[in-house]
Amino acid sequence: MKLFKLFFLACSLFITTTAHAEKITIAAAADLKFAMDEIVTGFKQNRPGNEVEVIYGSSGKFHTQIQQGAPYDLYFSADISYPRELAKTGMAASEVKPYAFGRIVLWSNSMDAAKMTLASLIDPKISRIAIANPKHAPYGKRAEEALRTSGLWDRLQSKLVFGENIAHTAQFVQTGNAQVGIIALSLAVNSELAKKGGYYLIPESLHKPLEQGYVITKRGAAKPLAKQFADYMGSKPARSVMTTYGFVLPGEVK
Amino acid sequence: MLLNGSDLQAIWLTIRLASIVTAILLVVGTPIAWWLARSRSRWKGPIGATVALPLVLPPSVLGFYLLLAMGPHGPVGSLTRALGVEPLPFTFWGLVLASVFYSLPFMVQPLQNAFEAVGDRPLEVAATLRASPLDTFFSVALPMALPGYLTASILTFAHTVGEFGVVLMIGGNIPGVTRVASVQIYDHVEALEYAQAHRLAAVMLVFSFLVLLALYAWRPNSRKG
Repeated sequence: MKLFKLFFLACSLFITTTAHAEKITIAAAADLKFAMDEIVTGFKQNRPGNEVEVIYGSSGKFHTQIQQGAPYDLYFSADISYPRELAKTGMAASEVKPYAFGRIVLWSNSMDAAKMTLASLIDPKISRIAIANPKHAPYGKRAEEALRTSGLWDRLQSKLVFGENIAHTAQFVQTGNAQVGIIALSLAVNSELAKKGGYYLIPESLHKPLEQGYVITKRGAAKPLAKQFADYMGSKPARSVMTTYGFVLPGEVK
Repeated sequence: MLLNGSDLQAIWLTIRLASIVTAILLVVGTPIAWWLARSRSRWKGPIGATVALPLVLPPSVLGFYLLLAMGPHGPVGSLTRALGVEPLPFTFWGLVLASVFYSLPFMVQPLQNAFEAVGDRPLEVAATLRASPLDTFFSVALPMALPGYLTASILTFAHTVGEFGVVLMIGGNIPGVTRVASVQIYDHVEALEYAQAHRLAAVMLVFSFLVLLALYAWRPNSRKG
């Protein structure tokens, strides 16, 4: 009986605290995994009691889910064309704003990628190269472009394996199942991956820019917290986190 | 054309995978099911539970362990390296191995039920007629358990066709090698190619329905006969 009362108390406490606080859910591209975690921590510092939940995954999947009414209030896509498309179909409640440009790198934890270039991938010792699926993952599309521009795409075909999104691709390399991968710079500079191996920054000139954009969804329109978070993305602390993770910010180019 | 080349390739790959897995499990599953049906060992419980694990485990658990095990630092990976064969992740045979684990209970459990239903008596009668245990199995138990074999094979085949999570985690999505129909549909959806996703998904839906229909329609008949 005592346990029951305690449980009841805990439940009512939970209900009362959540009733006053606001909660937003963010759908974020997998390349933001580490950067976004830090930004959310910073954002929550001045807003105790509010909840910000981030779900990481592939930009294309989130696009489909939001169109079908998924409960996301903000959508950070690794490819700005996805949120633009949502805006066209009336699923967006804000302007589509670019927030960063991504970069791709060669990364390995069994070889010194810092000493490699794309041409090193021809090495017969490398039997598996992981890239994100070029069919729908923005980072995969740019990886394919870079390999095509370098004239390596056809020669490397038989070595390529495809991750579902960029984090999944990094995981193929991290587990040693692929010797090298083309992943997001934002993941390679994270301490978890950085301590396992260096990276080679693939020249921007080899691929189209990875322009990333976000939008407040129709569902998030009524939530002040969603607007606050969007504004926070443009703030100095958030921008500095993004820079730390190797993102180039919109104000800094062009 | 209703389906494009890569869709057909994915379907063909799926059928090939499911057929090979079913064939392997017929061989591997029979002794396990026989032992589980006949044994009174105290290991029966633990072994039975192990066989049933894939029914309960999320595919992500199986996929995660298989990826680590088959990787260059894992036990399976060390074995393949020692044998001088290609590492298993991202290969067709890697998928076969994973599916054998994943579909094991779908083969073993119906077979076990079928063997249990045979009972002791026919086997004892065969023994009194001086049939060897092996002869007893092939001449008495196997024919009597044939309906069980059919159920087990259909379920195993269908379940392998329906596999997704494990394949995604260890397959690497290579066309013609590890890109099975379920993954192909997922790719279509991710790329917003809904029309293509619909076509392939409809094929899978019809196939699954027909398989189950065959299973259910056939069952009562066997009881009458």
